[in-house]
Amino acid sequence: MKAGVVTFPGSNCDHDVYNVLSKIFGFDTDLIWHQKHHLKDYDLLVLPGGFSYGDYLRSGAIARFAKIMDPVIDFALADGLVLGICNGFQILLESNLLPGAMKVNDNLKFVCKNVRLEVNNNKTTFTNHYRENEIIEMPVAHGEGNYYIDKKGLNSLIDNNQIVLRYASKSENPNGSVENIAGISNKKGNILGLMPHPERCSEDIISPGRSDGYRLFSSIAAGLKAGGEQIG
Amino acid sequence: MAENSWEKEGLTKEEYDKIVDLLKRKPTDTELGIFGVMWSEHCSYKNSKLVLKGLPTEGECVLQGPGENAGIVDIGDNQAISFKIESHNHPSAVEPFQGAATGIGGIIRDIFTMGARPIANLNSLRFGKLNNKRVQYLFKGVVAGISSYGNSIGIPTVGGEIYFDDAYEGNPLVNVMSVGLLDHADIATATAKGAGNPVMVVGAATGRDGIKGASFASDELTEESDEDRPAVQVGDPFLEKLLLEASIELIKSGALIGIQDMGAAGLTSSSAEMASRGGSGIEIDIAKVPVREEDMTSYEIMLSESQERMLVVPKKGKENVVKDIFEKWGLHAEVVGKVTDDGMLRILNDGNKVAEISASLLADEAPEYTREIKKPEYLQTIKEVNREKIKSDNFSEDLLKLLSLPTIASKKWVYEQYDHMVMTNTVVGPGSDAAILRIEGKNKAIALTTDSNGKYCYLNPYRGGAIAVCEAARNIVCSGGRPLAITDGLNFGNPMDPEIYWQFKNSVQGIIEACQKLKTPVIGGNVSFYNESPKGAIYPTPIIGMVGLLDSISEQVTLDFKKEGDLIYLVGKNIDELGASQYLELKIDKVDGTVPHLDLDLEKRVQKTVRSAVKEGIIKSAHDCSEGGLAVTLAESCFENGLGINVDINQPISDEALLFGESQSRIVVSIAPSDLHKFEKITASNSVPYMEIGTVQGRKYKFNELINLDVGEMKNKWETAIEESL
Repeated sequence: MKAGVVTFPGSNCDHDVYNVLSKIFGFDTDLIWHQKHHLKDYDLLVLPGGFSYGDYLRSGAIARFAKIMDPVIDFALADGLVLGICNGFQILLESNLLPGAMKVNDNLKFVCKNVRLEVNNNKTTFTNHYRENEIIEMPVAHGEGNYYIDKKGLNSLIDNNQIVLRYASKSENPNGSVENIAGISNKKGNILGLMPHPERCSEDIISPGRSDGYRLFSSIAAGLKAGGEQIG
Repeated sequence: MAENSWEKEGLTKEEYDKIVDLLKRKPTDTELGIFGVMWSEHCSYKNSKLVLKGLPTEGECVLQGPGENAGIVDIGDNQAISFKIESHNHPSAVEPFQGAATGIGGIIRDIFTMGARPIANLNSLRFGKLNNKRVQYLFKGVVAGISSYGNSIGIPTVGGEIYFDDAYEGNPLVNVMSVGLLDHADIATATAKGAGNPVMVVGAATGRDGIKGASFASDELTEESDEDRPAVQVGDPFLEKLLLEASIELIKSGALIGIQDMGAAGLTSSSAEMASRGGSGIEIDIAKVPVREEDMTSYEIMLSESQERMLVVPKKGKENVVKDIFEKWGLHAEVVGKVTDDGMLRILNDGNKVAEISASLLADEAPEYTREIKKPEYLQTIKEVNREKIKSDNFSEDLLKLLSLPTIASKKWVYEQYDHMVMTNTVVGPGSDAAILRIEGKNKAIALTTDSNGKYCYLNPYRGGAIAVCEAARNIVCSGGRPLAITDGLNFGNPMDPEIYWQFKNSVQGIIEACQKLKTPVIGGNVSFYNESPKGAIYPTPIIGMVGLLDSISEQVTLDFKKEGDLIYLVGKNIDELGASQYLELKIDKVDGTVPHLDLDLEKRVQKTVRSAVKEGIIKSAHDCSEGGLAVTLAESCFENGLGINVDINQPISDEALLFGESQSRIVVSIAPSDLHKFEKITASNSVPYMEIGTVQGRKYKFNELINLDVGEMKNKWETAIEESL
């Protein structure tokens, strides 16, 4: 299993997700510099959290123009698995790999805490180790996580089962996102963007008793292994 | 030159005369400006050096003591921790957002120039009371500034403390402690050596921001201080993140001789200090310094405090290694001069000499003053508390009120705006006695805390200073750690005032004695004088930042009660005292009375007892008694898991003192009933006073016949108090 984690200037969760992929799940993982024009053969690409290019102008708005994004988009459109976490999700939206846009949190403040989430779609490659409608817990840490999409777009998300994760209730929604959306996929299901940080809750030592992020990565790893065996 | 040009530079006539005497000529404008900042209190510690010499700075774990950008302690496995605290009080008083933000930027650079990767920040903050609109503005601005800069750069903010007291109304305190991890092999120094080696400026371009910030920091705040807003720098966390990554890459490249942050007094102090440490000279041509504004004078370039810049001395021939690394991160790296062997700091402007001063003269030979001291008048009027006036007729209500005081209330509103989890090492985050971070790839962990109670220091600077050290150590012990060393952030008023200097001297003496007793050396720190507003000086506030080590992560302890049926013990003893307490402030809104008694021997035994019990693995929770006394300590241990208590203490002291007195050297622990004998054996062998005070039980908080409250209701008040005062 080969994974690539893109490092943009200002990324700050790149090492965190690198550690989880390589040390816990045994992915052969590279950190990929944003100025690269080409990608090696990867089974999974991750756009990590952080403040790419300082998130000046608007989160992810400058990162979408990074050189690396051309091959990332090609990879995604060719059905490669792409995971965008937090800032990575914002970049996926800005690159039009996922629909909708991100606004500043309703209360205008950065928020960092554990939130409860509902797994709305457990049929994706990223979530099949969760139960349907299971309530899980993950940390969020963002100032711009207020997901927005117009009515038509929202209906399309719902019709195609693209809402993968929701905040467990309106009162637990930390940013004011439409329909309590915390994570969405594309129609084909090979691209997932989410605001919560699964890499921050994949080890018992730092999130005792609530390492719910682990199963997101284990879903991916199991899928790749099964797929690999079939091909092999 | 104007008749009293030295005054413009913050120097006295005597200092000016000394300069003329040393140079054997009159200084140029640029030279005088250089002396002004280098001999400012902020850079030279001229008013504090002699007092600070008494601090113990050596110990088994110390790899680097004071004198470098930051100190370093050994944590085994050829790994080390570099840490330091620094203040950014004055900038935050006039421009809270940028003041606090650049405060973080500055201290982080001190850590990574030591070769360490910063892995945690803590903030120690002091404000006036939140019912004041200006205070609210400052509080929100500082928190937003910390949130903006700290989150963006990707270093978790894992702890700290905040007090609200009128004494800080016009002059808030913003002290930031940064902590970094490094391998022994990567220790870097801020030294310029080897004549002919190039001197490079890397990072941001130089602008006109923050010119003479060091001098501004060395003056009292006045009604006109708002006009000094241009002396506050503007931070760019994105650039700092790039500078951090590039610098760490550079240090690991092996191309480096020395590296230093350009903080206070910018290019001037970094070059003079690097040269002086290496016994060398430095020659710089300021025409080669990348600038972002036109027509900057040599004075401006030398004294600018533009952020996110470093001075780097690589080995000759390795200039391109530096350039390549910085170019990769999109940053400037320009050769601006060279190391010389004549000991002079020589400044050229396009080849023309504009300043030439001995580097050691600037860095090490600033005047040292022993200021006059006088026991403050106000101490004559301190009275013992009149107990009749502060009797409680409703203990439950008083406890709820104490839990709602912003100083005691949960700081959740604040720390939820800080990313305290990035880097995925945070085992225990904000809101605990001490934060705990795992050391990746190892079984061990570190514990981090900051502490200081300004009220205590105001009423008794000596004891207040000692208590700050003891409380910090107690917090480390309550988290399962062994205290290693401290950094001290010493915040005081104007040192020219003999009463203030008396406070300073006595506070430091208290720190010295506590550090000696607890064997926690001081490995670096910061002095911030002139913390005064038109309403007067702040409380003397020596903030202690401490680092502790957990040999095994499994030894971590948290403050919350874990299970119904567990026994609650108090280690230490309750004394009939209420002086300087939050309860007193609540009742009569006065800072008065005798500061809680402190017995350093007892303190040591209490800590040793709890540490031994932690090592035995029988401590299920531990929490130290501080503001609000035993009643608040117990309440805080109830909250996390919503568990109640049934506490019954029969002791011949007043109910008010029993509940709300702030006696020192006390730790509340809970243990399983089956461990009772093991625990009592440990207490006996340490001959420490202790008592079983109750059990963890139900959902109600019951204390003698005095208090009966629903834990949920208490928690709600405690958790929402700050948000509701805004």
